[in-house]
Amino acid sequence: MNLERITEKLNILADAAKYDVSCASSGSKRKNENKGLGNASNGICHSYTEDGRCVSLLKILLTNHCIFDCAYCVSRKSNDIKRAAFTVQEVVDLTINFYRRNYIEGLFLSSGIFKDADTTMERLVQVAKKLRTEHKFNGYIHLKSIPGASDELMREAGLYADRLSVNLEMPTEEGLKLLAPDKDRKDMIQPMGFLRNEIIQRAEEKKLFKKAPMFAPAGQSTQVIVGATAIEDDRAILYSANHFYQAFKLKRVYYSGYVPVLADNRLPALNTAVPMVRENRLYQADWLMRFYGFRVNEIVNNDQPHLDLDIDPKLSWALRNMQVFPVDINKADLQLILRVPGIGMLSAQKIVSARKFNKLNWDHIKKLGVAVNRARYFITCNSNAYERRDLTGTRIKQFILAESQSKYLKNKPDQLSLF
Amino acid sequence: MTTTLVYDGTFEGLLTAVFEVYEHRLEYVKLVKGECRNTALFDSSMEILTDEPRYSRVLKGLQKKLSASGMQRLYVAHLSGIDDADPAVLGYIRYVFDAPLNIEEDYGNRYVMRVSEIVKMMRREKHRMEAFIRFQKLQDGLFYSVIEPDFNVLPMLIRHFKNRYADQKWMIYDLKRKYGIYYDLHQVEYMEMDFSDGQGAANVVSSFNEDEDAYQHLWKNYFKSVNIASRKNTKLHIRHIPKRYWKHLTEKI
Ligand code: SF4
Repeated sequence: MNLERITEKLNILADAAKYDVSCASSGSKRKNENKGLGNASNGICHSYTEDGRCVSLLKILLTNHCIFDCAYCVSRKSNDIKRAAFTVQEVVDLTINFYRRNYIEGLFLSSGIFKDADTTMERLVQVAKKLRTEHKFNGYIHLKSIPGASDELMREAGLYADRLSVNLEMPTEEGLKLLAPDKDRKDMIQPMGFLRNEIIQRAEEKKLFKKAPMFAPAGQSTQVIVGATAIEDDRAILYSANHFYQAFKLKRVYYSGYVPVLADNRLPALNTAVPMVRENRLYQADWLMRFYGFRVNEIVNNDQPHLDLDIDPKLSWALRNMQVFPVDINKADLQLILRVPGIGMLSAQKIVSARKFNKLNWDHIKKLGVAVNRARYFITCNSNAYERRDLTGTRIKQFILAESQSKYLKNKPDQLSLF
Repeated sequence: MTTTLVYDGTFEGLLTAVFEVYEHRLEYVKLVKGECRNTALFDSSMEILTDEPRYSRVLKGLQKKLSASGMQRLYVAHLSGIDDADPAVLGYIRYVFDAPLNIEEDYGNRYVMRVSEIVKMMRREKHRMEAFIRFQKLQDGLFYSVIEPDFNVLPMLIRHFKNRYADQKWMIYDLKRKYGIYYDLHQVEYMEMDFSDGQGAANVVSSFNEDEDAYQHLWKNYFKSVNIASRKNTKLHIRHIPKRYWKHLTEKI
């Protein structure tokens, strides 16, 4: 092994891949049944970067050579950077050796588009095929589907990969036109539609014939960049996400706060801060839609096109809908309890289980993991001590903010008296 | 009056103690691990002799009133070795036997709650180990790892690592508790080794496989490359990987 060259390639091609935020390695059910190497069912974060993100996969580009010129991307053609390319074997060796040492759950392979879409996709598929067939590798493989690649290649990719993703990059068609004029949104949507149908069909087959091969068992995901254009408000982003969840059965939509890497007058200036709070709020909103039974228009709408940066979207919804509260923790449906700020999925379920034995009081609720300092404005329980004051949403927000020390606080608590 | 039950600290011993509690209709009991002392001095103490027929009866009784996962949780809580774990398990079991219905989810009860907390801590540590274990490949092909977990989670790691690394020999050694698990491509065995001469670590490095340094170097580089400096958030980083785990993490050494 030429360590120096491989190190250089790895540095360049990992660096170029890191702006893709997806790092999930869960949702597959691939087992180690052939006494080979690995399984893909756990979704473990093996490490965390200094910015606190999960490191679960070896996330690299096959190459950062690219014929396109998307404004938001470091690898774009017109950017003057070092270019590099891995061979298929090099990626395979890195994956296997990292995996054996328990560094990673698997591989996330993406690529700049060299020559054309099919040539690029074909090379990605080769890596996955080699890992699965020659090395009996059962770890997680996430392949990027290259927009415009043929159905035949996508089908082959689905046979080896656990997850496939086409990145929409810009949440809206207008955004894409502005920043990536070479790209056609149709080329992204077409493979998504193809994969959706194929995944559904193969899952049906698998039900009938246990031996039928798995097809992208962890489904497909996409990523949108947040804050690269001003035209895309949170409402546009979340409505778009909601559409893709429903129409394409996506497993996940990732929101990637734009990191200014290039000077371009269509983009935020180089010294602009990464919109991390906004990104975090979008993820919270996304969770509310997927797991907490919120409809997208309850979270954002014409009157409320942006998520509140000071407080999370659940609290924000509660404060706008005070007529729903207080909720009686000993009687209310799980669905309603889930809507109480300060009560998460686990505590909500525990509440519903535990109340069969005893009427719950504040002490119980606290022990079940509820953030009582938030929830107390919105619930009653088996106790006379509850928040009797008839507080307005604005007052509650002030109280909660004054107590919380979230790093996501946009305003320092001592500035709160301003409103 | 409180009776002190002196038992051997094993799970079976603990279950035997439960048996005696019912046999002698004891109400207030205190558990003490260790050898039997002079009973003349502690006339309120009782020596528990771990006994198969007795603990089996308790086990059977429990199986009737608890789900499989409920049983497993009791064992996991015991395994933790946390000071108040066994007393909590004892309290839990008595509550199980005294209650007419299944109480597994009665988190209002302090024993049920405490067992649940301990199990949660154990699971978290298990997950951490599944994530943070770093194997080093030695010349003879063995993948070797040293850990110092907060709790005794090694027995809970066997299944995961055996399933995952079915085609390589590996060993995980708990430096704090001085024992390890070893997989020889067929089965996993417990083993004891003594590194107390301080030579252990040096020997390991000198017996690295030829590629080992290269892959450690590549992994460290990779870890550096994926960082996005403009998003730095040290507090979050440390919350995810508390500093005490750093010394066995290739990328943090
Ligand atoms: S096609 Fe992909 S790699 Fe190429 S410039 Fe656009 S986003 Fe970057």
